[in-house]
Amino acid sequence: MNLTFKNKRVTGILTVVPAKEVRFEDEMGNYNFTREQSVKLQKIMGFGAHRIVDDGTCVSDLAVFGLNHLIQNGQLKKEEIDALIFVTQTPDFMMPATSFIVHGALGLRHDVYCLDINQGCAGYLVGLQQAFLLTEQANINKVVLVNADILSRKVNKRDRNSFPLIGDACSITLIEKGSGSEQPVYSTIKIDGGNSNVLTIPAGGMRLPSSAETAIEEQDEKGNIRSKDNLVMKGDAVYNFVMMEVPPMIADLHELAGKEISDTDYFLFHQPNKFMLQKLADKLKVPYAKMPFNVVEHFGNSSGVSIPTAITFNLAQELRSQEYTVCLAGFGVGLTWSSMLLKLGNLDFCEMINY
Amino acid sequence: MKKIENILKEIRPEFDFTESRDFIIDGLLDSFDVITLVTELDKAFGISIDGIDIVPENFASIDAIAALLKKKGVVL
Repeated sequence: MNLTFKNKRVTGILTVVPAKEVRFEDEMGNYNFTREQSVKLQKIMGFGAHRIVDDGTCVSDLAVFGLNHLIQNGQLKKEEIDALIFVTQTPDFMMPATSFIVHGALGLRHDVYCLDINQGCAGYLVGLQQAFLLTEQANINKVVLVNADILSRKVNKRDRNSFPLIGDACSITLIEKGSGSEQPVYSTIKIDGGNSNVLTIPAGGMRLPSSAETAIEEQDEKGNIRSKDNLVMKGDAVYNFVMMEVPPMIADLHELAGKEISDTDYFLFHQPNKFMLQKLADKLKVPYAKMPFNVVEHFGNSSGVSIPTAITFNLAQELRSQEYTVCLAGFGVGLTWSSMLLKLGNLDFCEMINY
Repeated sequence: MKKIENILKEIRPEFDFTESRDFIIDGLLDSFDVITLVTELDKAFGISIDGIDIVPENFASIDAIAALLKKKGVVL
């Protein structure tokens, strides 16, 4: 599906990361690797430190903390919020939706449009697409998009496939109607629900409720330990999907926009690991300097928050005073793969804070 | 060919790669080893193996690895 949006502006991006940092060196003993293998993988995949929430911290805590930071600094007036989108795979409750909890915690107007979306690694793109659609309404001028995930609480600490790279984070992005002079935003999205079992948490929903039985840990053929309550990632299948689908998606996006890949200033992609991003950059013939791949190393892969984390960690200062043509891409659970080409910059705020 | 063998030995010194007909099926290399191998081959031969070529069959034997390198223009 190709999408085009006119008269839209992203006006600010804030990322909230937990202050608690856990280092890969301290976790090596949890995994079924020799120390030598772990050290090699650390360099190749970019494992370094990841940010993990304390037990009891939920996504709404990170979101309310970030929103209050913006309100207290005068960067957001709560009476100006017309819509609140909350994208997460780790909601506070099965019900009510987390956007309602945030709405209540902030004391927002009763006519604020609230919406939760269950999306993962492509969640930043899906959230932006929905925010742009909402601003088509006459009564919706300013949309708050929250992306937040605390998947560390759903990944087994002895799952070497997933735990070394996972990170928790939250981002808040403001989307507004433009002045009319903005360049169109081009976007693509594709879904392969037939492979939805490639990234999954088997238990905890209505199909298989969590129980003492689903909490039993088992070892797979590769030595990973996890239970049915934990996230399962078929790493090989995810890798093949990304390498097959992402390069043509980026080429198609640029064709849709009538641009060359070399015209784009930055490629701000979801951050699965350093190795995959370097391979994508090589395939697309994009210099590494244009495609940051340092999020896993410093913060961990925070699913739908990894793109705003890459933005606020690498380009915070530049994006407050300049404008760039950027290509965003997210790919993962669903399977979903989505991309967006837009002008991003002259932001009212672009910042990362600790929770 | 010797260079490939040396890289394999460095990654998994406990195995004799000349004794195996399929490194993947015989369990000499797992998916993380393949990623390490790709990185070492890229470095040693000054290439970047395409992401799409990183599939088990291209790393199942020294001959398969050599064929992949030749595809990238490496003269062995």
